[in-house]
This record gives sequence, structure tokens and C-alpha cells, in this order.
Amino acid sequence: MSRLDALKTRIKEALPGLECVIGWQKGYDALHNTPLFIRGEADVDKLEWGALNVHNPAVYLPSFAGKKVGVVVKGCDSRSVVELLQEKLIDRDNVVIFSAGCDGVVDIAKVRAKLAAAGLNAGNAEKVAVDGKTVTVTAAGKAVSMPMAEVAADKCLRCQFPNAVLADAFVGDPAPQVQAAPAADADLAALDAMSVPERMAFWRYHMDRCIRCYACRNACPMCVCRDHCIAQSREPHWLSQEDSVTEKLMFQVVHAMHLAGRCTECGECQRACPMDIPVLALKKHLNRTIHDLFDYQAGVDVAAIPPLLQFKLEEDNIKERSW
Amino acid sequence: MAAVKYIPREKLPEWLKALAAQSRVLVPVEEGGSVVFRQYDPARAPVFGSDATAPPKGAVFPACQELFSYAYGKEGEDNAPTLKLDPKTEAQPTVVFGSKPCGARGFLIFDRVYMGKKFPDPYYIAAREATVFVTMACATVENTCFCHWVGSGPADAAGSDVLLTPVEGGYTVEAVSEKGAKFLDNPALTDGAAKAAEAEAVKKASRDALGEAPDIASSPAALLSLFDDMEFWRDQSDKCVSCGACTYLCPTCYCFSITDEGTGTAGRRMRSWDACMHFQFTLEASGHNPRPTKAHRLKNRVGHKFSYYPTLHDGLIACCGCGRCVKSCPVSVDIREIVQNAVAKAKG
Repeated sequence: MSRLDALKTRIKEALPGLECVIGWQKGYDALHNTPLFIRGEADVDKLEWGALNVHNPAVYLPSFAGKKVGVVVKGCDSRSVVELLQEKLIDRDNVVIFSAGCDGVVDIAKVRAKLAAAGLNAGNAEKVAVDGKTVTVTAAGKAVSMPMAEVAADKCLRCQFPNAVLADAFVGDPAPQVQAAPAADADLAALDAMSVPERMAFWRYHMDRCIRCYACRNACPMCVCRDHCIAQSREPHWLSQEDSVTEKLMFQVVHAMHLAGRCTECGECQRACPMDIPVLALKKHLNRTIHDLFDYQAGVDVAAIPPLLQFKLEEDNIKERSW
Repeated sequence: MAAVKYIPREKLPEWLKALAAQSRVLVPVEEGGSVVFRQYDPARAPVFGSDATAPPKGAVFPACQELFSYAYGKEGEDNAPTLKLDPKTEAQPTVVFGSKPCGARGFLIFDRVYMGKKFPDPYYIAAREATVFVTMACATVENTCFCHWVGSGPADAAGSDVLLTPVEGGYTVEAVSEKGAKFLDNPALTDGAAKAAEAEAVKKASRDALGEAPDIASSPAALLSLFDDMEFWRDQSDKCVSCGACTYLCPTCYCFSITDEGTGTAGRRMRSWDACMHFQFTLEASGHNPRPTKAHRLKNRVGHKFSYYPTLHDGLIACCGCGRCVKSCPVSVDIREIVQNAVAKAKG
């Protein structure tokens, strides 16, 4: 039985006791899948499992507070579910986690660039076939094959968790680990190599086209302030509605700081950005600091308390008494 | 209608430079993977192929603009309070060059709201009158294009002043308004009669590529009949994450918010884009919110465009069919699907 069929079977069994099960289905064209909310048995057959399931469905879970829901997750998405459980933002008894091994998802922006290089427009995609290590996209009647390694989401190239870290129904064979040691983080390395003024210029250049839609915030499963975000609050008045680069960058810094040690680097902020702004790097940078200081990784252990949500009289790696 | 002119591709910079000598010229350019409208710079080649990621909405209706500055003071021996207001209505002469027809047509929806007799908006009117649209007809269409659903098409000149059509080696140039006629007076433009037939063929081919549009004439009544069907709206909005990408990238979304940014006794009154997808959109001072959930808010967005606005404005749908809300939505919410679902559900 395929992973997809096995998932469908398990979901059908559990559905009667659930408000809904969140997964993915085919979207408006061949290149886009879209989140699916399974509320009846007929919906189960719409479920998809594969490289186009780019979204992180954990983002929807806190909005179902008090209701029992199911969620289908990739390995990376499962870390968001765990982090939500760690922070007691969702209740373990009210979430049923379905999963299967994940062989990676595509980065639509990379596919778009590959098609553009072949003189084609992703907006004309007609067919997508994922076959082992190759993605073949047909657009305007022309098929373009691209190695998965070249169009996979960056997170997949460094994936440590191709299988869910927590699941109630894990079906099929686990997916193999990408590689023993995660590859270097190319975007962080590029930023590290810049001088401080160069880095500031980099962010000012990119944030200039921000439209302040807050897709980065709303697609983030850990952005739990929701309707009370300081971005739109008058009290406190940390940000104005002025559309200056300074204000836009200020929001990104607040966002990143709030996610330090909570972000699982699912990459939804960057994927959701309609203006292709590389906002994930800010969170990665802070996560690297958290990792170095606290030897901590978010969303892998339900019992762990995120380092910035607790107080230790004496930190293991911060020797302030000997300063 | 003036005669068709022609400009070879390599002569475009010459024309753009001449226009830029007289006014602000905004062209679509690539920036970090997105295409945005920026002031013309001969060193940056404009991108005329596919539609820009963000429409040229900000050219006439900026994301944020200062309406006026204010300062309180005192004068005379009795320290009588004074208030000094300094409104900023002047607009810069602007040419939006290379927008697609849908991007320019969006302003027709604005015009009825901000240029009406009841509440004329001096800021909008000044900017609108100072702006000329040199629009590029579409030679290709995308999966998300649906201009033909809303009474438009890939070569629609409504809302534009000059219409360019890509042909072999260059573009045909047609003045489609009085304002536009004055813009064709440049030596880079030659007679285009020989290219006119080819241009018409390009326009027809892209229109044909869109295929037949479904009948959504009943959408105003259908959406109204579903106003209280919150289960329907829950199902349509389940996957929406309530961000503002659809509204801020929409050429027809015209809602704004007003905030004062000041310190002490002086400050500025700012007008900035608002988004009905955000919780704060109808949040009242009391704390009550008539649109408390994303289902209420998405209902407003679709209802406004396909029901409330056309009901008030002679059936004109407040959507130009550019498809940005579909293409740029992080979760692919598809307004076409919602309208069709509403039409089908209302039929029963």
C-alpha cells in the first residue's frame, strides 16, 4: 500500500471522532497543492502526499482550541506541533497526528527560476511529475526536467527529520536521512561573509519591497499573538503605519526575536512572502545563537522547556559569574 | 482614434529617457526574484514579459501617504490656542510604463469611490490626474489570469492612456485617451500601420488562450443570499491564514486606515492601506468586532468585489481579474473558486 493510501485508511478510521483533519489537496494548477480540511469521508480521497505539500498545516492548530482535530504532517511540520505542545498552545489530547516518511518538498521559487531559465513561465504549468530524484514540469507544452536536489526547499537539503518526531499514526517505511551531517547553511554563510554595513544594505534592499501584508507572520505556526501583534497595535506603539524600510525591518527583527529558540525553521515565513524576501535568515541566525548558548533545538521534545521561556540561576554556557 | 505607431525594442530606452526628463516614470523591474514598479533607471532593464508581482497601485494610491502635518500652539497675550494644518495634496507628474491592462484598469474601480460627487478625495484626484498609463497588452496569459470573467481582456484599454502591443521586433503604440495622444510625439515612434494587423493577431491570440469565461452574472445575488451561511464561509476560508497579501497586491482594493504620528503638540496624519483580512479592519473602539473571524473577513472581501460594489456601481465587478490574490496567496486561496461555489450553492 502506498503511503498516501495508508494515510487515507488511517484518516477514515479516525475521522468520526474529529472536527476535521488538515492535510493537502491539489490546488489551482499542477504546480500548486493547497491545504485541505477533511470534514467528511468524501474529502479523504482528495488527500495528496508528496513533493508539492509545501505548506505547514501546524499553523492552523491553535485556532481549533477546545476541539479535537487531526493533522497530517511532514517531519518538519511535526516539529511545529511539538513546539506548540511544549508551549502548551495546543492540547495533546485534542490533536491526532498522521504522518509518513517525507522525501522532500519543492521550493516553488526555485522551480519558477528553472522554468524561466528555459524560457518558460511557471504561470503556464500544466503538469508536474516527481519521479525519485527528478521533478519534471510541463509548461506551455514543453517538459523541463530538474534534479530534485536543485529545486528542493533549502530545509530539505539539510533535513534531520524526514520522519515525524511525534505521530499517532505513522504509516509506511520511514524515509531515509538526507545525509549524516547537515550541509552548511548557504544563506547564513553568505550573510556572515558580509561586513556589518554590507549586511544592513542587504536588508534595506530587500525590505524596501515589503508590502507589510504579514504573510510571514500569519503563515508562521509559532506566531501566536495573532490578532494582538505589536505590528498593528497603537498601545504599545512600537511601530507606526509609515511604510519606511526602518519600520518594515523593525517588524522583522521583533518577529525574529520573538521566535528565538522557538522557531523550528520550517521556512513558512519566507515561502509565504509574496515579494520573495529572504526573511528566514534572521530566524536562523538567532537559532544558531540559541543553539550555541543553550545547546537547544526547538520542537523535538515535548517535555523540553524552550530556553528563553525559563530561568536558570546558572546557565551551563553563560559564565556570567566569572565575567 | 489616432493612427497606430510603432517603436522597435531597441528604441524604447530613448522614449523612456525622453519621458523621464519630464516626469517620474515607473517601470516594472526585477528585484530579488519579484517584479516591482520602480523609477526608470537606464541601467536597469524593465521586465515587460510577465505581469509584475505587485501592481502599480502605489503610483496613485501610496501604501502610506502624509495627508497633512499639524501643530498646536498659542498666540497673543491670552495664550489663545492655535492649530496650524499643512495639507499635502500636490502630486508629481507620473508615467506608469509597462503595466498590464489589469493593473491600469484597477483604477476605474477607485475612480467611482474617490472621484465621485459625494466624497471627492483631493489626494487621489490630484495623483490620478497627474498620472498617465502606458500599458502593455498581454502576449501571453497565465493560469491565474481571469480578466475575461470580469468584463475585461488581455488587451483592454479601459483605464489606460496608451496601449503597447508586443510584435516582432518591437511594439505597436496606440493612444487610447486624450491624455495619451500627447505622449506619442517622440521621434523614436514611427508609423505602425504595417504592424497593426500583427498586433491585432497578438491581442486575439491571448484572448483566445483564456478560453470561455463561466457565467457569474448571478454572483451579486448569490453572495448576498449566502451572507448568513457561515458554514459555507467556514469551508471557503478554512485554509486562509488572514494575511494581507491578497488585498495589498490587489489593483482594486482601495480601503485605507488613518493614523496620527506625532509627538507632543505636532505631528502628521498618515493614510495607509488597510486590509479587510486583518482582525483590526473593523475592530471598534468598544472592543466589539462585527467581523471577528477569518470567515467573516473573507466573506467581506469576496462579497465586496462580486456583490456589494457591483450593486452600488451599475454592475461593475470590483475585480480586474489579474489573479495576484490567487498566485501570491501563501495557501492558494482561489477567489474564482469561491465565486463559482457561491453561484452553484445559491442555485441549490
